[in-house]
Amino acid sequence: MIKIWSIKKDNSSAEKKKPKVSAAQIRVQKDLTELALPETMQMTFPDEHDLLNFNLSITPDEGFYRGGIFRFTFNINNNYPHDPPKVRCIQKIYHPNIDLEGNVCLNILREDWKPVLNLNSVLVGLQYLFLEPNADDPLNKDAAEDLRTNRKNFEYNVKQSMRGKDVKGVYFENVLS
Amino acid sequence: MAATQMQTDIPTPQDATDTVKKDWPGRWSNMNKFLDRRGPFCDSGFIPGHGEDILLNQCRILVIGAGGLGCEILKNLALSGFKEIEVIDMDTIDVSNLNRQFLFRQSDVGSPKAKVAAEFIMKRVAGVKVSYYYGKIQDKDEDYYLGFHLIICGLDSVEARRWINATLVNMVQDDPERIRVLIDGGTEGFKGQARVIIPTITSCYECSLEMLSKPTSYPICTIANTPRLPEHCIEWASVLQWPKLRENEKMDTDDPIHIQWLYETALARAKEFDITGVTYSLTQGVVKNIIPAIASTNAIVAASCCNEAFKIITNSQPYLNNYMMYTGNEGVYTFTFEHQKKSDCPVCGIQNISVEVKRDITVEDFIDFLKEKPDIQLKKPSLTKASTNEKIYWQSPPFFEQKTRPNLEKKLSSIVEEGDDILITDSSLPISLTVKISYV
Repeated sequence: MIKIWSIKKDNSSAEKKKPKVSAAQIRVQKDLTELALPETMQMTFPDEHDLLNFNLSITPDEGFYRGGIFRFTFNINNNYPHDPPKVRCIQKIYHPNIDLEGNVCLNILREDWKPVLNLNSVLVGLQYLFLEPNADDPLNKDAAEDLRTNRKNFEYNVKQSMRGKDVKGVYFENVLS
Repeated sequence: MAATQMQTDIPTPQDATDTVKKDWPGRWSNMNKFLDRRGPFCDSGFIPGHGEDILLNQCRILVIGAGGLGCEILKNLALSGFKEIEVIDMDTIDVSNLNRQFLFRQSDVGSPKAKVAAEFIMKRVAGVKVSYYYGKIQDKDEDYYLGFHLIICGLDSVEARRWINATLVNMVQDDPERIRVLIDGGTEGFKGQARVIIPTITSCYECSLEMLSKPTSYPICTIANTPRLPEHCIEWASVLQWPKLRENEKMDTDDPIHIQWLYETALARAKEFDITGVTYSLTQGVVKNIIPAIASTNAIVAASCCNEAFKIITNSQPYLNNYMMYTGNEGVYTFTFEHQKKSDCPVCGIQNISVEVKRDITVEDFIDFLKEKPDIQLKKPSLTKASTNEKIYWQSPPFFEQKTRPNLEKKLSSIVEEGDDILITDSSLPISLTVKISYV
């Protein structure tokens, strides 16, 4: 039984240094320090003291998107890992699962997120989107239709978009460098 | 035999402020049946005859939240003999609260919940002192929470629960006298739960985070392309259209003008796809993730929380160990079980050790020491100075590995002072390890 009534009146004596770190931050710290980033991914922190906001760039070494650098922002709130990280693509790219505003359609970022998943799972998911774009869950309907009906044409359009050219009248950002 | 006893010495509510009449003979006689004699399940520390004194004169109890659960909790505590209560709530009263938050009246709309609730209880129940704080729990520090004997939560947010739980667990600092019991109640429609958390001893709120049902969300591609439900249209308006059309404006779900815009945008979308059912209140419900609140469920859960508080404070009966779930949505079912501590809980699973090292040890040698020490055996430890959050050496991501690499050659004592803690994360640790350093 807990002895509530043994509590001392004066608690001022205990003055120990304790980190003011939230549970969310400790989890993020664990996720980050145990990441095994492949060479195709780079992570940068605009503010070194802020682990909850960072940038990720992906440089796929195979697939339709080979040769491009694709940039994302990660925003993690203090309710992580109950809430998933918010991920946005900050370039305008031609991709069936990423719309022109940078929203990303990846199940584990929304409806299938679970607290047991971690940053590594999200990175693997993003990597996969560039290797195997998925025409069945379209966010950019035109791109998805393109991929479904004519893979060769889709491939050509992806290459055009990555050079900063237009696809069906929409101009995309140059992601080659 | 339904004889009604006339007790003329019971003060009427108007008399309640009259301090002379704040108690009367036999007022706590029912309660004293449990407090004045020993029962078969009493704790050995229970002393008959002291309960009333404990409740009335010594115990300070904190109620967090003055909403649906909070109103019930305050009423129950005051009527069970608790005399010194404090309530915290950051909200003001909305007209939609009035159907179940019975301490509030139409004329109170717009006033702070904590203030109105505290004043109502004091007016209605003779002799009880309810103080209040209108603001966030995060405004208060450890000294404040240490000032209570027990804390009961009736909150509606996961984030606030995680905060108070972590605060109370971190507050203990290996000193049992700094333990403050947390009783947490929660409801969702016909379902609810009550649990007793004894920080660092029982499982904590964070341990059970994975049990929570997540808020309903829909695949973003469905929202964007193939809406079938009114909810899809509302999510389209809030998730996709707001950031696109009102890019530089932060959405405030408490602002009726913002809700109206979302409603109209969703309604237009619904017309386009021939979907019915988009209403203003559904829009509000979806964007604010409003869960139906049922007065009776609140009453059941609050009653359970307050009974536990009574038993723990008076030591008079065994208390809940440690989780009671109430399932009223499919018939009636309750189940009580002991929720286990989670070894990788980022709040209560953090291990603490102390080590002695030579004063001239370098960071690199210290890391090797951590890898080789038989009772630790880490693989790739990353080190952070706990008091300042300064990174000492991080194995990953490369961004931080490169920045902290120069520290490897430095002496540990140039970064970490005697008695400081180092927070260590490593793949072989469930969550993290805090190492207290002393130099020899």
